[in-house]
Amino acid sequence: MSTVIRWFWFASPQTFFPLAGTAARWSAAIAALLAAAGLYVGFFVAPTDAQQGEAYRIIFIHVPAAWMSMVIYLAMAFWAALGWVLNARMASMLARALAPSGMVFTLIALWTGAVWGKPAWGTWWVWDARLTSELILLFLYIGYLALTEAIDDPKRADRAGALVAIVGAVNVPVIYFSVKWWNTLHQGASVSLTAAPTMAHAMLLAMLLMTFAFWAYAFAVVFMRARAIVLERECGAAWVRGLSNPAIGLPT
Amino acid sequence: MLAAARCIVRRDLLLALRRPSDVATALLFFVIVASLFPLGVGAEPNLLRAIAPGVIWVAALLSSMLSLGRLFAADHADGTLEQMLLGVSPLGVVAAAKVFTHWLVSGLPLVAIAPLIALQYDLPQSLYGTLALSLLLGTPVLSLIGAIGAALTLGLRGGGVLLALLVLPLYVPVLIMGAGSVDMAAAGLSPAGQLQLLAALLVLAAAFAPWAIATALRISTE
Repeated sequence: MSTVIRWFWFASPQTFFPLAGTAARWSAAIAALLAAAGLYVGFFVAPTDAQQGEAYRIIFIHVPAAWMSMVIYLAMAFWAALGWVLNARMASMLARALAPSGMVFTLIALWTGAVWGKPAWGTWWVWDARLTSELILLFLYIGYLALTEAIDDPKRADRAGALVAIVGAVNVPVIYFSVKWWNTLHQGASVSLTAAPTMAHAMLLAMLLMTFAFWAYAFAVVFMRARAIVLERECGAAWVRGLSNPAIGLPT
Repeated sequence: MLAAARCIVRRDLLLALRRPSDVATALLFFVIVASLFPLGVGAEPNLLRAIAPGVIWVAALLSSMLSLGRLFAADHADGTLEQMLLGVSPLGVVAAAKVFTHWLVSGLPLVAIAPLIALQYDLPQSLYGTLALSLLLGTPVLSLIGAIGAALTLGLRGGGVLLALLVLPLYVPVLIMGAGSVDMAAAGLSPAGQLQLLAALLVLAAAFAPWAIATALRISTE
């Protein structure tokens, strides 16, 4: 019976800790390489856009950040729910580690969007459905972080955070569609993001490279943060104390 | 089960009647917030007519949120909440009964007083029905969603601001549908679609929120 998959092998903080360390180092290296390649293609290979000039190049940061902001919210809700249902500590810690990265990506997406909107649309901000939903996503992240930081007991914080993340994840489609309908009702923004012209191959390549670089960066940062959370919470455990005591030896 | 719900509704209503100032505070907050807007944006009648539905709805949102802090706080402080958790009646029913009473004392008065604000904003009288109906359908959703946040922030430091951070983003769909229905009616279109969506939100929230509130109460009191 050697073929049994041990699903929960890495659910233990002790086995997860060295794995996360290795994964974080590799992810960081991959992120640096991909970002260098992506930025090179984006800035020097991709042609200048006929309508938007050079300003369009900010989408190489903007679009991956916006994607990551949404993916990370779903990942956070998933791990929080898993940690709650299965009472798996590591899953809850991973959810907590994901939240700050998700918020940062949301902020980057909003900020770069504003910087791009000024030359392209002539305004920093429009109440477009996507922009508004992204803003509300930022508020959801802030609410999650504020709640989990306000609770001192880690177990209660994890569970309260999980409930908020799930309620938020259920609400995200409702919010998106209500904002969309509100937008069409008000006839506010005359510009549309969906009517973008088809992209040149080099542009697409740069965007894909940057997207994978952002993924790798997210993995690296989240694993490092998860390691810090593990150390903080498990500081009483023998294996954590062994980390700072060379006589016992470091787990690699 | 229903007896327990009836008992809680009667008890909470009695408590609210004994302290009428609590109910009046939220109601007066609603009136004052709505009265501040003309002072800020100017008293131009066309502008006021245009912003009236939105202002009334935002004021309702804030007023409903303001009274949420008291929903479970007193019961938590004197141990009643723990007895409810230990009791035989399902916690979801208890939560639903408490939320219903909260709506009776904080949401329903808003529906009654909204036409008065509408009068201040010179909203055409043909819109009063839509405005009242949208508030009637929307304010229970506010109470249901807000109670989840109130249960989660029970006994936390900085509870009030935290509650606002948690709950206000989730109120967005209600605000959009509620104010949107009155806007539709003002534009001469049928508000039925928006009102039906509000009703759908109410049905969804009524089905799932009591369970989430009960879970949140268990998380906060363990």
